[in-house]
Amino acid sequence: MNRHVVRLFARYAELFGAEQVEVLLPFNSRVSDLIVALRALPGGASLPAQPFVAVNMAQVADGFELHEGDELALLPPLAGG
Amino acid sequence: MSFLTSQPIDITTLAASVHAPGHGAVATFVGLVRDHHAGREVASLSYSAYGAMAEKICADVCAEAQARWQVHVALAHRLGKLAIGETAIAVAVASGHRDAAFDACRWIVDQVKSRAPIWKRERYADGSEAWVDPSAPAGIVSSAT
Repeated sequence: MNRHVVRLFARYAELFGAEQVEVLLPFNSRVSDLIVALRALPGGASLPAQPFVAVNMAQVADGFELHEGDELALLPPLAGG
Repeated sequence: MSFLTSQPIDITTLAASVHAPGHGAVATFVGLVRDHHAGREVASLSYSAYGAMAEKICADVCAEAQARWQVHVALAHRLGKLAIGETAIAVAVASGHRDAAFDACRWIVDQVKSRAPIWKRERYADGSEAWVDPSAPAGIVSSAT
């Protein structure tokens, strides 16, 4: 298992009541597995079906494979500018 | 050159920073805080960001524009609490001729809005607050707290 820290921002930080959460995932897990794990946490049920996920500061798709030490972030709908 | 800042943005300074003797055009865009959104009266708003990623995206966008149009670019995005009328985002693009400056300026603003992890929380005249969500039907999502 790998322990992943997921950074949370804006509305998602409010949903989880934290600026980051930790999840344990099997080796070779993918972004879709991460979303399932996050949804099981308190506050996670309100997440949209496919929230944006960034790995090492780049948005990635559901099938992207996670590795230990990756910088993970869950991004609410963007609203800059 | 691009940066996020909690200080007021001066478009004149940005425009001066991109100009060079070979440039015949400088196009600028200034995005301002509006007093209304989705039919509600906005009193103020607050921007937050995934700072390191937002800075990287803004730098990437500037580099992509420079490579595509051979322009010089300066971009600033505000963070923190802003009052009505304050500058939220400013872009200055200098080039030899106006077409490239206009085209690149608009493209940069669109790219930052669609790619940079920056979020906006509006505070309304009635004291309530909501997160702006361009993908939501009403354009906003009520705060969870």
